[in-house]
Amino acid sequence: MSKVRMKRIFICGPKTQRKSILELLQRTGMVEINSGDIQDEGLKTMDVNAERSGFMRAAKQAEQAINILEEYAPDKDKGLLSSFEGASDMGMASYNEQIGHVKEYLETASRIISINKQILEDKAAIPKCETNLETLSAWTNLDIPLNYSGTAKSRVFIGSIGEEATLEQLYTKLYEAFEGEETPDIDIEFISGSKTITAFMVVCHRDDADKVESGLKKIDFVKAPSSTLVPTEEIQSIKQKIADYQADITKCGEEIAVYASERNNLKFAADYYTMRSDKYEVLSSIPQSVSTFFISGFTPAKTAEGLTKKLEALDAVVEISDPLPDDDIPCELHNGFLTDPMETVVDAYSYPNISEIDPSSIIACFYYIMFGMMLSDAGYGLLLVLGCGFVLMKVKNLQPGMKKMMKLMFFSGISTTFWGFMFGSFFGDAVNVIATTFFNRPDIALNPIWFNPQAEPMRLLVVAFMIGIVHLFTGLTIKLYELIKNGQVKDAICDVVFWYMFIGGAIVYLLTMDMITGMLSLNIHLSAAVASAAKWVTILGALGVVLTGGRENKNWGVRIASGLYSAYGCTSWLSDILSYSRLLALGLATGVIAQVFNKMGSMVCGAVPLPIGIILFLAIFVVGHVLNLSINVLGAYVHTNRLQFVEFFGKFYDGGGKKFQPFTENTKYYSVKEDV
Amino acid sequence: MANLGLFFAVLGAALSAGLAGCGSAIGVGVAGRSASGVVTQEPSMFSKVLILQLLPGTQGIYGLLIAFITLANIGMLGGGAEQISLLSGLMYFAACLPMALGGLISGIAQGRCSVAAIGLVAKRPDQFGKAMIFPAMVETYAILALLISILSIFGIPAGI
Repeated sequence: MSKVRMKRIFICGPKTQRKSILELLQRTGMVEINSGDIQDEGLKTMDVNAERSGFMRAAKQAEQAINILEEYAPDKDKGLLSSFEGASDMGMASYNEQIGHVKEYLETASRIISINKQILEDKAAIPKCETNLETLSAWTNLDIPLNYSGTAKSRVFIGSIGEEATLEQLYTKLYEAFEGEETPDIDIEFISGSKTITAFMVVCHRDDADKVESGLKKIDFVKAPSSTLVPTEEIQSIKQKIADYQADITKCGEEIAVYASERNNLKFAADYYTMRSDKYEVLSSIPQSVSTFFISGFTPAKTAEGLTKKLEALDAVVEISDPLPDDDIPCELHNGFLTDPMETVVDAYSYPNISEIDPSSIIACFYYIMFGMMLSDAGYGLLLVLGCGFVLMKVKNLQPGMKKMMKLMFFSGISTTFWGFMFGSFFGDAVNVIATTFFNRPDIALNPIWFNPQAEPMRLLVVAFMIGIVHLFTGLTIKLYELIKNGQVKDAICDVVFWYMFIGGAIVYLLTMDMITGMLSLNIHLSAAVASAAKWVTILGALGVVLTGGRENKNWGVRIASGLYSAYGCTSWLSDILSYSRLLALGLATGVIAQVFNKMGSMVCGAVPLPIGIILFLAIFVVGHVLNLSINVLGAYVHTNRLQFVEFFGKFYDGGGKKFQPFTENTKYYSVKEDV
Repeated sequence: MANLGLFFAVLGAALSAGLAGCGSAIGVGVAGRSASGVVTQEPSMFSKVLILQLLPGTQGIYGLLIAFITLANIGMLGGGAEQISLLSGLMYFAACLPMALGGLISGIAQGRCSVAAIGLVAKRPDQFGKAMIFPAMVETYAILALLISILSIFGIPAGI
């Protein structure tokens, strides 16, 4: 329900117990360490960066091995919901047992990584072989090795030119290249040709070899790839190589898959080294003397005593004291079952500062009501309740943030269902559309318990404004409470009570005017006495604001001027109240878009024979409503937040508090918690 | 010229869906570009930046909504449009204008705001909650436009 009370904690321990004390602090996760204020000549901090980066590397290695393992031996127990899961508690005994093996786990990790490296190398080699195969394909007709250079008397050139040519053209080309010289005797054998390459072999006498070679150079002759094998055999051997690589990849994959049973151990190693690296980070920040070390920080008051006992059992001296007035006390929120989802909302804005109260429980009620009104469809509400309820039931160790979010949606879903029935909306007008389309019973419809907003939008608008006014006045009341609690009674009267009179009186006075009630189609008639009372209250309130709004100024002229300016703030009240019209607009949007999809479904259904029509109707129904649901849940979430942050918090809440960030286990898979 | 009233009503619906849709298309488009940029660097940010990209998409839906209720009111859906007077048609046209213009401009502005918010989340993923609020501020004006359009359409008396 409130902020957790914090105490200052000061620990002095012998170095011999440093490890166990730090581990205790990490496991309990109850102390935010801030040792920066302990300074003394004899105290030094340790430089443990090298060790720390070693641990981080080890954690990364284990994590990498887990990912590789996931690729070759996917975890079969892993369900669809596993992405919501947080760290599971493993218990002290098995933690201590596993620590002894952690080096082996790391070796397993590096083995997996090196096998994976082999796979990557193999995979990279295959495309290279494939390119070779492609170049060789031009030479398949050749029945001598590609690097064959001739006999004792003859010289053979095997190669290609990069264009299409017939045998005659090759002769002509080559003869032209010898231009001006005596033409040597040559024999050209055509091997293969395509649009981009012509492969051939030139045979000549050894004495003419140089001349022929220079002639060939002129026609851009490219030598065939060197190989001691006949092309067909070479191709065969490359194909064999590729097959070998592929076999090796499969073999390595299987080798990795053998380690599937090591998955949990690798997870342990990843977590273990993350924890150690965090511990060393703290270690580098705590001041130490020759044989002692000092830690100071903040801890929740409730558990301080239990923690002290545990620490004292480890030979530490512990001092618990009240925070000093100028301490930057970290803030932790603690709320009940219904209200703790609101902590995510408060966190998204800002934690309360030292003098403010935790607004979670106050916004909870408004939050659920407003979210429900913006979504306001019983079908969608039930889907939210069922979906989130299922995840909450099924996944035991949800991540804390995810759990709060699920609960937020669960409770908002209940409210959405409630408002859906109040306004008679169940997947829009699905009941009526289905009854009309398939059963020819247009008389069946889900009647609203309260009223249909589409028939009476003004009525809902008034409801929205009323909720807004209550919301804003609640915010002002909290400000009143805080000011009185801090003993600022004068400020409470000037900044809150006068505003109550000013705005409250004005609203009542407006309601006595026929024009306003007519516009809002309200059926209330307040007597003339109420009207004049409201008028005077408003005037008194306004006067009070004008006279005291600028009370920090001594000069009366400036004071009145700045008082007038603060009275001008009533326009912001107007816009704040109007802002709640989004409750109506978003609610109508959900309902009308749902109807659009229902209508589309029934129109398509009416145009085709019935069995196909039912299928098409269902398809449009499912796709349309999923789309509408997701967009409107997002809209309702964002705009409910906005109403809290801007309109509500604007009245009393500044935030700016520092979140309590204890030294704890930041692990992904396992945790070893110790309660205090 | 007998059906000029009907024409104006349909014109209003068309502008409402079309212009608001343009606004959203531009907004979601610019936001999508910067979202892609973030995801190339940090694929795990996908779901967060996707939500921010979607925020300027609501104007198009509101526009569609106004177009739909206009068309439903004048009987264009389900066949057989009614004969409506020129005055009534012009009223529908006027009623659609807030959503058409408000949707167009606010969609573009919200898109720019989403781009900045995506940049914010890329640098500080923990500030997602706040990043989401800034574009939502712009959407307020689309909601106000939607409200006035809805109230006007519902308020147009039958048979004038």
